[in-house]
Amino acid sequence: MAEHTTQPLQVELVAADRLVWSGEASMVIARTTEGDVGILPGHAPMLSVIIEGVVDVQTPDGETWVAAVDAGFLSVANNRVSILSEHAEMSHEIDLEKARQELERAKSSGEDDDAAQEAVRRAEARVRAVERAS
Amino acid sequence: MALSVREYRARIRSTESMKKITRAMELIAASRIIKAQQRAQSAAPYARELTRAVSAVATFSNVDHALTVEPEDPKKAAVLIVTSDRGLAGAYSSNVIKEAERLIEKLKEEGKEVDVYISGRKGEAYFKFRQRPVVQSWTGFSDQPTYDVASDIGATLISAFLNETGEEPEQGTAPGVDEVHVVYTRFRSMLSQEPQAVRLLPLEVVEGEEKPSEEDLLPLYEFEPSPSEVLDSLLPRYVQSRIFFALLQAAASELAARQKAMKSATDNADELIKKYKRIANQARQAGITQEISEIVGGVNALADAQAGSE
Repeated sequence: MAEHTTQPLQVELVAADRLVWSGEASMVIARTTEGDVGILPGHAPMLSVIIEGVVDVQTPDGETWVAAVDAGFLSVANNRVSILSEHAEMSHEIDLEKARQELERAKSSGEDDDAAQEAVRRAEARVRAVERAS
Repeated sequence: MALSVREYRARIRSTESMKKITRAMELIAASRIIKAQQRAQSAAPYARELTRAVSAVATFSNVDHALTVEPEDPKKAAVLIVTSDRGLAGAYSSNVIKEAERLIEKLKEEGKEVDVYISGRKGEAYFKFRQRPVVQSWTGFSDQPTYDVASDIGATLISAFLNETGEEPEQGTAPGVDEVHVVYTRFRSMLSQEPQAVRLLPLEVVEGEEKPSEEDLLPLYEFEPSPSEVLDSLLPRYVQSRIFFALLQAAASELAARQKAMKSATDNADELIKKYKRIANQARQAGITQEISEIVGGVNALADAQAGSE
């Protein structure tokens, strides 16, 4: 796989109803159930479950794209990275004010079951995505 | 030709206004089809990547999952019928219901009980009218389904399916089903849509991943946290994405069927207007001819009377 290390990663960030982002990247960072993973070119094939969080994509030109994603998957094979999530948004598509309000609402709902925690994580991810990108 | 010219004119006017409505619906359907097709296309990458992931897990691990296990003696089947919310789409809904009835008949012959799940008001009305039980129905989205609806339907069907593999079916309770079928209308082209029945669960073996070229090493996936956990969250999503696909196809088919139905309604209205105009003109001419002959007759009678008195 030596030749892969010199080539950038081909990244596809896919939501259930659309292709959110695709392009080349030198590094991808995502949050799996086990913790954050960073994928560099030449990474071993991997399939893992990701949770609500922020995905960082660094392109070879030094740009950084940030996206907020829902629970889903990350698969890596032959220098192709695909991130699948039912809902995903790039940071520039998110309305920060609305995201903050949603976070407040989610936090103050007072419930403490799985669904409520998921809602908080999702709202946090959206706010963080915007803050990270700016 | 009993009716007067005025009555024909009124009919022409009402047919014309109906034609305007059907024409408008035709155009609306036509513009929505394009959107529906775009939605189907933009959902394709997700389905493709998911299929790839599922086949990767299926190929590189030997984990069995509850959703893929064939029950030995299937007794109960669930059928999801995807119909439309509104009519005025020709035979769209009745075709898909007919296909579903065939499937239900077949399943019953195989000795299985059938639970019916429905999406779309038309199907709901069909079963309600016949007083046949429906386990659950979803309505209000048939021409633009969202993924949330698909995941809701998927979750319901999966829990119905998993129920029995987990516990013994008891008498009188709501037991799980052994297989799940979906009947929807496949969108082949603008001109042809065909109802189709597919078995959703248990999941059949997925088509293999594209073969890696010879010098490439077969990728040995690492699974995080573990193959079975990856499968656990992968397979339900796969099922949901299949349902979403069916809903999107059905939406595009519904719009295409509606466009076709409305186009022929508009054409029929044109024919009717032409026919009525012809009859109205005939009636008008007949009226004129009659008036002339009455005048001529009157003049002749007057002339005769004068000639007689002289």
